[in-house]
Amino acid sequence: MSYTRPTIRHPDAGKNKLGYTRKYYEGSISTLCAGCGHDSITNAIINACFEMNIEPHRVVKLSGIGCSSKTPAYFLGKSHGFNAVHGRMPSVATGANMANRDLVYIGVSGDGDTASIGIGQFMHVVRRNLNMVYIVMNNGCYGLTKGQDSATADKGSKTKKGNPVALESIDLCELAIQSGAGFVARGFSGDKKQLVAMLKTAIVHKGLAFLDIISPCVSFNNVPTSTKSYSWVREHMEVTQSFDFIPFQQEITADYRQGTSLPITMHDGSTLNLHKRKDQADTTDKAAAIAELEKARQEQHILTGILYLNPESTDTHEILQTTEKPLNSLTARDLCPGNAVLENINDTFR
Amino acid sequence: MKQLERINDFVIRFANVNGSGSASANNLLAKVIYRLGVPISPKNIFPSNIQGLPTWFEVRVSERGYLGRRGGVDFMVAVNGQTLQQDYDMVQAGGYFLFDSTRPLPDNCTRTDITIIDIPLTRLCNQEFSDARLRQLLRNIIYIGALAHLLDIGLAPVQKAITTQFASKPKLAEPNLRALEIGFNYSSENHDKSCALSVRPSDAVGDRILMDGNTAAGLGALYGGATVVGWYPITPSTSVIDTFERYAKRLRREEETGKKNYAVIQAEDELAAIGIAIGAGWNGARAFTATSGPGISLMSEFLGLAYFAEIPIVLVNVQRCGPSTGMPTRTQQADLLACAYASHGDTRNVLLFPSDPSECFEMTAGAFDLADRLQTPVIVMSDLDLGMNSHLSRPLSWDDSRSYDRGKVMSAEDLDNAEKPWGRYRDIDGDGICYRTYPGTHPDKGAYVTRGTSHNEYAAYTEESQAYERGMKRLLVKWETARALVPCPVISIKDENASIGAIYFGTTSQAAEEALELLAEQSIPINSMRILAYPFQKEVFDFIDQHEVVFVIEQNRDCQLKTLLAGECQVAPEKLDAVTHFNGLPITATIITNRIHTTLLTGRPGNKGGKQ
Repeated sequence: MSYTRPTIRHPDAGKNKLGYTRKYYEGSISTLCAGCGHDSITNAIINACFEMNIEPHRVVKLSGIGCSSKTPAYFLGKSHGFNAVHGRMPSVATGANMANRDLVYIGVSGDGDTASIGIGQFMHVVRRNLNMVYIVMNNGCYGLTKGQDSATADKGSKTKKGNPVALESIDLCELAIQSGAGFVARGFSGDKKQLVAMLKTAIVHKGLAFLDIISPCVSFNNVPTSTKSYSWVREHMEVTQSFDFIPFQQEITADYRQGTSLPITMHDGSTLNLHKRKDQADTTDKAAAIAELEKARQEQHILTGILYLNPESTDTHEILQTTEKPLNSLTARDLCPGNAVLENINDTFR
Repeated sequence: MKQLERINDFVIRFANVNGSGSASANNLLAKVIYRLGVPISPKNIFPSNIQGLPTWFEVRVSERGYLGRRGGVDFMVAVNGQTLQQDYDMVQAGGYFLFDSTRPLPDNCTRTDITIIDIPLTRLCNQEFSDARLRQLLRNIIYIGALAHLLDIGLAPVQKAITTQFASKPKLAEPNLRALEIGFNYSSENHDKSCALSVRPSDAVGDRILMDGNTAAGLGALYGGATVVGWYPITPSTSVIDTFERYAKRLRREEETGKKNYAVIQAEDELAAIGIAIGAGWNGARAFTATSGPGISLMSEFLGLAYFAEIPIVLVNVQRCGPSTGMPTRTQQADLLACAYASHGDTRNVLLFPSDPSECFEMTAGAFDLADRLQTPVIVMSDLDLGMNSHLSRPLSWDDSRSYDRGKVMSAEDLDNAEKPWGRYRDIDGDGICYRTYPGTHPDKGAYVTRGTSHNEYAAYTEESQAYERGMKRLLVKWETARALVPCPVISIKDENASIGAIYFGTTSQAAEEALELLAEQSIPINSMRILAYPFQKEVFDFIDQHEVVFVIEQNRDCQLKTLLAGECQVAPEKLDAVTHFNGLPITATIITNRIHTTLLTGRPGNKGGKQ
């Protein structure tokens, strides 16, 4: 871990449209191991929010327990955060989102937190299609308890301890697609450019946006025999497409090859331009997305990119038909029917 | 044989098959007696089953207004072949046994001390009605008709009740009215003057309503301003949420758009249910969940988080028989310790103990103020008897000038004007309660990370022993503040010089108060205290101090209230004498008086040889 961070920044450091520098989006110093993939993801979140001109205090950060769940302290220091109990971030996020639909909710979890103890809450928050970004920092092991295999560790792969994983691994992206997520992507902590664009798209997506980000554990699971190591991922990563995210009201300047590009309009009017290979299935086809993931798994490839997208998904508030106002802003006047109504109710119990 | 002869003072029990539509018929009769102004106390003794198993419905009719279960059966309506023998044996000497004589009574039903009232319910019903589904329902109405005759109620009050019940479906009223008459006429012709139990119109009910506690708690949450509900179905708490949602659908719509000013989320389990409430409570909405025994065990981890991170939530616990799955459809007060100290580590939770529907309403609504003020979970401790049975109760009322106490919350303006630097866990006022902020309040002030890990005054993670200890001690200061805020016990001093006291709470109260009245009539004066909340106040300690022996009456095996009192009040355990009852049926006055008599007669330390 680092102990210090330079406090003086270059005077010409860029400011975003809100007049904030990138530093304004940082949090406290990370206490994770030096070289931890999670810190790269933290930085990608900071970049995405900075570049998207999001006001930090309009973001809520939530997490469970584990190394990954510590990271909300390391980004967006001006945002409220909630470090919940192990595997239970999704329910807390659900309640928080119900209370105030106007904020941006970013949940950070790990493969232990999501694929084991919290798999029920994970699948159900996806099913509910809560309007949030759900990030799993996936390193295939339990770092904070010194490297036990997690449920995403690939069968047959070997961690630092040297024993091949005996059980089948869980593909969280497949689960997310099956459970109804409208946005499912897989990234790699070592591919920051893709990660930032992916995060931006996820933030504007309405409904649950799930990102499974392979993030090597340098202390316990970065040996060449592990499928979650830097070297293995770099060798086996197959980028499914490149894409540009063009925020709403920004002039489209990206240069994309004609014929291979698929522009998708996001909920807020932003545009996502996907450039995909010719043989690749439509990203909005659920069954095809799952089939490609299974195929890649058999071929020992890691597909990265936006794997599935349904830009028309409806979130929990729309499903429940709640008011457009944040529920936490309603007062007794909106909420309490008053004594006259109660007297009528009494009469129905006579 | 001497027949029981009583006016407005008896117990009638119906033995039915679950899912046969008996509940609505039986309730109809209960409601008719209530509408005649006679106090009743109906109890549904039902199986954990949807259809086919035995179920009983018991109504105590009491002009004197005793609302606890009495025990014993004066009049049995036996329409369940499975339990016929057991039901027959249960009738008190001098009592009455009405059965469906389409099939004869078994040969071993040879009692000569009860009056047998044979009515061929099935035959009468099948002669008149052809629709198979209707037959099952109307057979029940036929015995209601017979009872209208036997109990001297008359046809008119029941006819009126049926007409009211089917006001929107007059077509259904017709066969019901017909069935009613069939039963009434058959009984008049064949059993005239057979029964000396009688219902006479009275004014003993007053303006009281007849409502179950879960309905009242659901309405309490609605009036208390709850907007976010996380829940998971579990008997006997489900109808708290059902009620909230049913009324919210009607009363909580946004005028212009018709959209909902509330969100009810049926979660995947109890963990998520309380997690949702915690997330919403943290984010400034009033939020609650309702559950029962097993749910409390599952929610315990989250309760610890809400206690330690100081997040307001309301939890309605409708207690049932434990341990484990226990008897899901029977009542108990056995979650006291589990709730008071829910979660690992040093945790304490505020508990409220309603004893009737109006208190379910007031305490649930009030729990939101308490939770917001104290920034901690508040648990409303109802039980199956209170929650699912109808009870006579003061009408619900709401003071329209009342406003919600949202507690110590900093607005953007407050943050800008604060003289001292803001820290989420800084105790500025010395009452142990700190100022919180909602997410999104201010661009650069008031943000913090809420965590279940140890934290310092500024909400930063710390493993520094002193900071941890300061936080834990401050929570004790807050606990003292809670002590001053929760409702005080109701103390009744019958005799200034009495050396015996009795303590009880919740649904034990009706039976306990009846028992104490009976004992007073036998010149055994016992002062009483009904506890309404935990933490206990000075009044509770003083009451125990002022008496030599204090009976603690409760519905669990392990004397949980007694344990809680002994621990929290630092009293000598032998001063408290447990009166427990835990078979799953509501406690009765007889159980209590017997137990107290035995103790006083056999003598025990502290009561001077047992004579008072």
